Amino acid sequence: MSNGPDNPKYTLRLYVSGHLGTGQRAADNVSRLCVDALGVAAFTLEVIDVRERPELAERDKVLATPTLIRQSPPPPRRVIGDFNDAFAVLSALGIAPATPASVGGARQ
Amino acid sequence: MNHVLHDVPRLETGLSGLDAITRGGLPQARSTLVTGTAGTGKTVLAVQFLAQGISTFRQNGVFVTCEEAPEDIRRNSSGLGFDISAWEKEGRWRFVDASPDPDQPARVTGRYDLEGLLARVEHACGLVKASRVSVDSIGSLLGRLDDGDVMRLELHRVFAHLKSLGVTVVITAERRLENGPVARYGVEEFVADNVMVLRNNHEHRSRRRTMEILKMRGADHMAGEWPFAISPGRGLQVVPHEARESGRKVSNQRVTIGQPQLDEMMGGGVYRGSTTLVSGAPGTGKTLLVSHFAGAGSAPQERCLLVAFEEGREQLVRNASGWGLDFEDLESRGRLCIHCSHPDAAGPEQQLIDIRNLLEEFRPTRLVVDGLTAMENVAGEQGKYDFMMGITAMIRHRDLACLLTSSTPALLGGQSITECRASTLADAIILLRYAEVCGAIARSITVLKVRGSDHDSSLRELKIDDGGMHIGQAFSNVSGVLSGSITVVTDDELARTQGVLDELRGAATA
Repeated sequence: MSNGPDNPKYTLRLYVSGHLGTGQRAADNVSRLCVDALGVAAFTLEVIDVRERPELAERDKVLATPTLIRQSPPPPRRVIGDFNDAFAVLSALGIAPATPASVGGARQ
Repeated sequence: MNHVLHDVPRLETGLSGLDAITRGGLPQARSTLVTGTAGTGKTVLAVQFLAQGISTFRQNGVFVTCEEAPEDIRRNSSGLGFDISAWEKEGRWRFVDASPDPDQPARVTGRYDLEGLLARVEHACGLVKASRVSVDSIGSLLGRLDDGDVMRLELHRVFAHLKSLGVTVVITAERRLENGPVARYGVEEFVADNVMVLRNNHEHRSRRRTMEILKMRGADHMAGEWPFAISPGRGLQVVPHEARESGRKVSNQRVTIGQPQLDEMMGGGVYRGSTTLVSGAPGTGKTLLVSHFAGAGSAPQERCLLVAFEEGREQLVRNASGWGLDFEDLESRGRLCIHCSHPDAAGPEQQLIDIRNLLEEFRPTRLVVDGLTAMENVAGEQGKYDFMMGITAMIRHRDLACLLTSSTPALLGGQSITECRASTLADAIILLRYAEVCGAIARSITVLKVRGSDHDSSLRELKIDDGGMHIGQAFSNVSGVLSGSITVVTDDELARTQGVLDELRGAATA
């Protein structure tokens, strides 16, 4: 699977919790990974703080934070963790990196 | 550590018997871990903890389900008599669904916390203004996001947070082996102040469910395993041993056993709040005595609950009518309630629960349990002993006069060992025996003990006819009442025997 122009746009939702600043760090990590792997135009990322919107966490049955959900394209997929391991995160999301080199820096 | 001077505040659960063994309920605003192997009733307890809160105390609840889907819990609970959907509509019950979603498995790729779950539980608690939270089961959660250390830390945080919300929490966790670690992952017990173990043992042909409080930090509770039962419409009920917890005075009011001559032998009838054990071989008149005792329920202010383990209703009614007692009439006038149940169908705990429920509904003044031997055959000696303990406690608590019957295996036999053990629980013991009188068989009756009273301990002849039971003269020259076959020797025969002996002696010395 390559990141060609015909590929659908990714809709991602990230649940974080505000405490200890880990939420912001997770959001930054995901954002950077996706920009590197897909390009800015190929995804949208919605960041939700479970403390502020618990009803959304309930709707999506979120247990752990951070949780990243691939809303589209189907099927939905979920990744839990702090997204430091770029390769693991992208493969769990079913996103192939544009080129191995583009995420090579994050994977050591 | 502070020394605990005062017992921690309690939340009365409303679960039958549980508040007694915890001496007042679960510690308030704390977590209690309920562990047990599969099928021990953990989910039932978790559901009922909330259900009783809502129905008895108007305390709302949040149910966090980590294993079954909410729909399964709703359906299974309706069988226990709880309409969860209705409570959800009224805003008194709320689910937090943490059950696994097979369509969306989550991949763990790094560090995480349980803030998502915590935020949802807190949100749900706020919506229904919850006082109670059940989490069923924590093991399922741990199994999915496994990383023991992270989980342990996170659970600490979750339960500390729930504590700060002031809610009282029941958490269930599965044990893999009965004798293994308290909980499956070996971490759960550290996160709860209080730990209870549910067990489901098989003894003989019946199940024996028990509940034990392993620890309750800073809180007094009763030690030991407590039998409980789970029944449709009523859920989980712990067998009450009220007598152990109350220092009630023993009643000194006496009532008739239903046969005036036997009352006389017992020194004036039976005491309320006491148990009388009737032991007899088949055909010696146990069922007749039961009928007399139950028939005495027709007296003003008397009502009798008759629990029969061996005979069916029709048989009991027919037997009684043969002795001039109309049981159906007594029932229609609310003087008698007949409950036939074979112990095979349910264990001793279930029988005790059923009897207690009947006692509460029918409110009798006297109780007969006919056929302890059937209980022993199914549940073993321990089961029978436990059953008698339970009965004794219930009737003391309610000041009922109680008659229990037990069969002896041998026609001419005395007491068996098991009867001896059960006899320590009975306040009075009546033996019905066949006696051999000059080569013929006669029925006999003797009152072996009456606690707190004088009694006539002679062995008397017992006659049974259409009018019921008649007690005759005392036999003299009796031997073997307790040890084995009873032999009665008449004076004439003694004289004849003496003559024979004298002759023999004379012949020997000649």
